[in-house]
Amino acid sequence: MNNPYFDLLMFARGPLFDLALLVFVAGILIRIVEILVLGRKKDFSKAKGKPVQQGIKTIFTRTLPRPGAIKANPITIVGGYVFHIGFFIAFLLFVPHIALIEALTGLSWPGVGRVIIESATVIAVIAGLALLYTRWKDPVRRKLTTWVDYLVLILSLLPLITGYVAVNKLFGDPTFMMALHILSVDILMIVFPFTKLMHAFTFAMARYYNGSIQGRKGAES
Amino acid sequence: MSATAERGVNALREQIDAPVASFFSSCVSCGLCADACIFFQETQDPQYTPIRKVELLRRVWENEYTLFGRVKSMLGLGNTITEEDFTEMERLVYDSCTMCGRCTMVCPVGNDITMMIRKMREGMSAAGHAPVELIGAAKRHTKGNSPMGDLSKAIQSQVKHAIADTGIDIEFDKAGVDYLVILSAQEIAEYPEVIGAMAQIFAKAGVTWTISSEAFEATNVGVQIGNRDVAKYLVTRVVEAAEKLGVKKVISPECGHAYQALRWEGPNLIGREYGFEVVHIIELLDQLRAEGKLKTSGKDTDKITFHDPCQINRRGGINKEPRRLLNMVAENFVETDDAGTMNWCCSAGGGVGANERAGDLKNAAFQLKKRQFEKVAPDKIVTMCAFCHHTLENALEDNDMDIEVAGLTEMMAEYLDDED
Amino acid sequence: MSSSPLLPKMMKAHGVSRRSFLKYCASLTSLMALPPAMAPRIAHALETAPRPSVIWLSFQECTGCTEAITRSSAPSLEELIFDSISLDYHHTLQAASGYAAEQAREEAMKEHHGKYLVIVDGSIPLDEPGFSAIAGISNLDMLKETAEGAAAIVSVGTCAAYGGLPQANPNPTGAVAVSDIIKDKPIINVPGCPPIPMVMTAVLAHYLTFGIPDLDELGRPKAFFAESIHDRCYRRPFYDKGLFAESFDDAGARAGWCLYKLGCKGPTTKSVCATVKWNDSTSFPIEAGHGCLGCTEPDFWDNGGFYKPLSAPAGEYRRMGQAALVAGVAAGIGGGYLAKKNKAKAQADHETVDAFTLEKEESES
Repeated sequence: MNNPYFDLLMFARGPLFDLALLVFVAGILIRIVEILVLGRKKDFSKAKGKPVQQGIKTIFTRTLPRPGAIKANPITIVGGYVFHIGFFIAFLLFVPHIALIEALTGLSWPGVGRVIIESATVIAVIAGLALLYTRWKDPVRRKLTTWVDYLVLILSLLPLITGYVAVNKLFGDPTFMMALHILSVDILMIVFPFTKLMHAFTFAMARYYNGSIQGRKGAES
Repeated sequence: MSATAERGVNALREQIDAPVASFFSSCVSCGLCADACIFFQETQDPQYTPIRKVELLRRVWENEYTLFGRVKSMLGLGNTITEEDFTEMERLVYDSCTMCGRCTMVCPVGNDITMMIRKMREGMSAAGHAPVELIGAAKRHTKGNSPMGDLSKAIQSQVKHAIADTGIDIEFDKAGVDYLVILSAQEIAEYPEVIGAMAQIFAKAGVTWTISSEAFEATNVGVQIGNRDVAKYLVTRVVEAAEKLGVKKVISPECGHAYQALRWEGPNLIGREYGFEVVHIIELLDQLRAEGKLKTSGKDTDKITFHDPCQINRRGGINKEPRRLLNMVAENFVETDDAGTMNWCCSAGGGVGANERAGDLKNAAFQLKKRQFEKVAPDKIVTMCAFCHHTLENALEDNDMDIEVAGLTEMMAEYLDDED
Repeated sequence: MSSSPLLPKMMKAHGVSRRSFLKYCASLTSLMALPPAMAPRIAHALETAPRPSVIWLSFQECTGCTEAITRSSAPSLEELIFDSISLDYHHTLQAASGYAAEQAREEAMKEHHGKYLVIVDGSIPLDEPGFSAIAGISNLDMLKETAEGAAAIVSVGTCAAYGGLPQANPNPTGAVAVSDIIKDKPIINVPGCPPIPMVMTAVLAHYLTFGIPDLDELGRPKAFFAESIHDRCYRRPFYDKGLFAESFDDAGARAGWCLYKLGCKGPTTKSVCATVKWNDSTSFPIEAGHGCLGCTEPDFWDNGGFYKPLSAPAGEYRRMGQAALVAGVAAGIGGGYLAKKNKAKAQADHETVDAFTLEKEESES
């Protein structure tokens, strides 16, 4: 006799995770290497500022919004921050997740307690829903948004929701919910390289280029 | 698809490089660029969201520059470009964008949208979708020596006036001097006082300079249209003249896009480094100030504010220099909101001013400037771009606002210390 | 079954007081998560129930389940429960051997046809009948034959319930669980490797008093297999605080921190180990400093490694990751090369324009 929930969990942790890892790692590398190989032409203009330094600096400084930006787009900016911070607390500081990362990379760090993880999860989900709301309601964002954008946002929320339900045994069989949780992560990993989720990696390149272009001219970035 | 449209797609294809690829890969459609755009701010029309204006470039990138996009295209799922797409984009790429660069500054993932608009214009212009006025200017500049046609006689007579006014000799085509001065057509036609102003300041500072009788025009409509062939052709004139005269530096005048064209785009258009350096007039004046070679006496008591030209400050990095200079001569200098790096465009840069079709949009955009000026209520607006100067002057008049506009160089000359 | 003496008589014979009998009933009641008011009913049922005949079949097993149940400790009433049934066949425990033993089984089957209870421990090999046989009868034949007249079957231990260790990959004997063969009889699974003795006896008591208990989707009595070990684990507060032992001999392990990172399967394992415990409620594996192996769950041998955290990937992820690195970089270079080629071609195709060729060509129409 088999436990179908366990089989699903093992499928999600086993073959599907393997496939997801393959698509995730290879896909991301394809996208990044492709960009790097394409390269850009040498700039013949005589640099006034320091393009490389400013490029690197901009990777970090662009994290902060310009003054007044929050007032104009509170939901997008505050929601965006909260979602990212919450997501990364839940993802990177929950010990079972650290155990996963350790298994994959050998890297490990201390985690935090459940109160912090679960508060971060709840807040991130609320922020994600707010982002979903503004995407739907705000005319600018609505016009920019494709069905894939909605999908990606929902898929990013599912691991948070399923993880919370599984750990807290809110409903459903806990093994089944755990399987759904890992399944949702597998799916997120699989769609990752094909969608705007790629920004998680390419943002550094984009900010670098922006900073270096501006930096060459001695302009701010 | 017509041959010209095909030519447009090919031009877009030529424009894609790693920065563009990283920008499109990173865009999360957050829409924050919209609020940075003066046209969106004043119309609240979501179609003016900056990132939407580069959609065709994005499609070429996705279809032809990504493995996944190639597979998608092979399966017939690629979103290809049609003739109608070019027509539709015209108003977004030319009429509702002054390439002011504010969107580039706010994008959270760091996309240089303005740079991509510049690239979009390559495709648009090659596809035959540049505004007719700009094409006309390009024709006039190609045939003659400025976008206003042949200004040879005009420059000769303006220089003569300047010599008469200042008593300082200005020699054309003088080889071996340190600096070559080039001017924007706007200055030659509308604000020629700047020639005398430079003559006075340079005479005091001991700067040797000349004007080329062949290549005195600094503007480059090729950059505004977004066509590198035209831009290269026009910039080559200045480069050749400067190298023939053997000057050490060329002074880019009070003109925004001319500074971009000559200093930053030029070397890449001709594919080599220059045999000379390019310096903006305000940079030079600030350098002379620092060296003690530019001294002023007296101050203007008017309430003065400063308008930052986008291409010179935000996209050119000249931010503190004009303020240091202005503080030498202005007693009552007040900044507007957002002044400096995030200043709002005069409303007509990037070719919008010449584009009649964009008239209403331009007027709408100016309302933002109007509110900012009303808040400060200055007697005088100083700037360092002749086209901003021109735009502000006309728009202020259209809006019944009695505010004087002045160029910074001219103002510095006005308070030049007469003593030896 | 009329020949079987009733429980009170047996109790007297064994020197068990009525007081301790009732206490046992009360503890059974709470163990089975029944309302306390049910205790007298259990007592009454046990007192009046006739002793059913029980046939215990041991197939591919390690005798651990039998060992466990014989070591069930005080109250010794658990032994008594065995006395309250008529254990007519158990080839480890019975005195008879060889032909006599098999005869006992056949007689019990004949005499109590349709009423006897079959308890099975061990899995059944299907690949070769000779892999496991008793008295020349293959396990499969013996199970089918014995089950035919059974009232119900209790699969004791994970081998009988789910295939267990013999079925672990690559399952050399083709081992299967009882429920994979017998489809027409009620089967109660009491998994565990071995099951908790108290749980085994309690399930039998329940069968005797109320019949087949409420079972979950895996055939386990819900009373004992509804909650995960994690939920009731005394180390749970450390999990909640984010305090985890990193190795079996680090400070965390000595301080009794959570064993999740050392592979504890408590969160996905349903059993009452953490509350009922073992050895007369002395301890259970996690209390002894080792993570739960998940032995009450099917395929627990193959569920990703005993010392691998539950959240860690369980498949060929290392090879896959390395392959992905190589494939990704290679395909990326390929994609980049194609992109560069595309750009070079576009540049070669560049049609130089000037101010006079910027206008759109007049369309023919």
